[in-house]
Amino acid sequence: MAADYGREQRVVHCTRTEYLATVRSLLAESFSMCADLTAVDYLTYAADRSLPPEVAAERFEVVVNLLSIEKRERVRVRVQVPVDDATIPSLFDMYPGSEAMEREVYDMFGISFTDHPDPTRILMPEDWDGFPLRKDYDQGSIPVQFSTDFATGSSR
Amino acid sequence: MSAPTTDILATIEGGNEPEQGLKPRSELTARELMREVGAVLRLSEAEVAKLGDIPVDPADDQTMIINMGPQHPSTHGVLRLMLELQGETVLRCKPIIGYLHTGMEKTGEALTYMQGGTNVTRMDYVSPLNNELVFSMATEKLLGIENEIPERAVWMRMLLSELNRMSSHLLFLATNGMDLGAVSMMIYGWREREEVLRFFQKVTGLRMNHNFIRPGGVAADLPEGWRDDVLRLLELIPPRLEEYDTLMTGQPIWRERLQGVGVITAQEAMALGATGPILRSTGVAWDLRREQPYLHYDEVEFDVVVGQYGDCFDRYSIRLNEVRESMRIVQQVLDRMPGGDYRIQNKKVTPPPRVRINQSMEALIHHFKIFTEGFKVPEGEVYVAIESPRGEIGCYIASDGSATPYRMHVRAPSFVNIQCLPHMMHGGLIADAVAIISSIDPVLGEVDR
Repeated sequence: MAADYGREQRVVHCTRTEYLATVRSLLAESFSMCADLTAVDYLTYAADRSLPPEVAAERFEVVVNLLSIEKRERVRVRVQVPVDDATIPSLFDMYPGSEAMEREVYDMFGISFTDHPDPTRILMPEDWDGFPLRKDYDQGSIPVQFSTDFATGSSR
Repeated sequence: MSAPTTDILATIEGGNEPEQGLKPRSELTARELMREVGAVLRLSEAEVAKLGDIPVDPADDQTMIINMGPQHPSTHGVLRLMLELQGETVLRCKPIIGYLHTGMEKTGEALTYMQGGTNVTRMDYVSPLNNELVFSMATEKLLGIENEIPERAVWMRMLLSELNRMSSHLLFLATNGMDLGAVSMMIYGWREREEVLRFFQKVTGLRMNHNFIRPGGVAADLPEGWRDDVLRLLELIPPRLEEYDTLMTGQPIWRERLQGVGVITAQEAMALGATGPILRSTGVAWDLRREQPYLHYDEVEFDVVVGQYGDCFDRYSIRLNEVRESMRIVQQVLDRMPGGDYRIQNKKVTPPPRVRINQSMEALIHHFKIFTEGFKVPEGEVYVAIESPRGEIGCYIASDGSATPYRMHVRAPSFVNIQCLPHMMHGGLIADAVAIISSIDPVLGEVDR
């Protein structure tokens, strides 16, 4: 486990069951603002993820960056989320500002937040298939509708 | 842990994906309604239940749900708001975003760290240099070279960042004036902004989307005569700001339209994660340049402008006065601009100078490889945040040791700030809705990314 994996920023690992309790204790520790909430899909990650031994690596990781205005500090909470049960409790009750960010994570990764007040897609259309930021999401390409055949000079 | 994934997938495939829009009251649960009228802020469910029913609780036939946007001139791009109106009073409001979503975070995973700047600079297109700065700083932190950036590059970054804050705020003053019917202000604001952009064009070659601040420093040195250009700006803008004061700050109509409109408290702003002028308008003196200094902000003197009432007028005057503070910083940067390199002389991240390419085969290969393959960044993950004109812009990068970020996420201040809209709008008039949207100063490129 590389010591500088998190580049000396304060990182807290926890499991999903400890997640709410961990964040609640951080909130009590004056981390009163949820600066950022995002996720990473580690499906094709080649390197060592440098997790502590007690944390089992899963495909998804929800990353929460909390900010303490009093202490001028930041802390990052990393939670492992398995793909076959991609759910995690919502932080809405503690940080109402996490609402849009959690919706974005749901939209992009398909991780659903239990007790989220508005679990809808936020950036993609309502009827979109798939979760774009997943590593196995087919980027594909749009079939070419119009092209010019330079050999014959005809265009279709 | 109630709904397992299979259920979610089933709902999606069944076409039962929940709708994004605002629903009529009859289709909402009490809790959803509470949230939408802004009652649920730092309240536990028990406390919400204690609140009982909401005072204004009209039947469906007394209210009207209308769409404002996405093609509305005052919504700053493609922001769509669904408003529930009772007469002219806004009862509920829901921002619906995503019309400008182009998957920039996904694109960022395919671009090397060298090319990443061209991507992030297009997110907040009104302050592109701050986007490049935060991306470069995150990359540098991953590389472990954040303390080795040459002094000249650091001061140049500060100069550009502050000038960009000025141009961004000048654009805000222009659009804020336009939204409230002060059309001359629109022309004035754009005129002054253009002066700043002209300087950017001279330095970076482009008015916007510069890709000038890069990992390791900046792309080029300052051009001949840059100091005179900056001094000209510093002479030109203060009297114009005085003019704005005469035109708007003291003007009764302007005050009537803004004072006491769109009020938000410090507690609400913090709960919603709002940063920048919105948080400062509530009296919280939180500015990352002061509280968590980066570059050399701890060595320059400037004041953090705070408001008191958390209304649109405070947000207007904070931005107006921040232009003045930025000019103070720019003046100090001018006095202290050191000589020397403008980018790190680390062969790993910096391409060789142009002249060397003609002389040495190795330099040519090196140059080619840096621009085609990029440079490898050691594995790790990092979150770096700086103060953009709109608030905290953060960049989270997870690297797997290759030349492209494994995951690149930008914490966009507008995306978070826009959540304040329902709380600011609630109970206000529809005519004030435009003033409130304007005072958030959202940039939709950044909201949707």
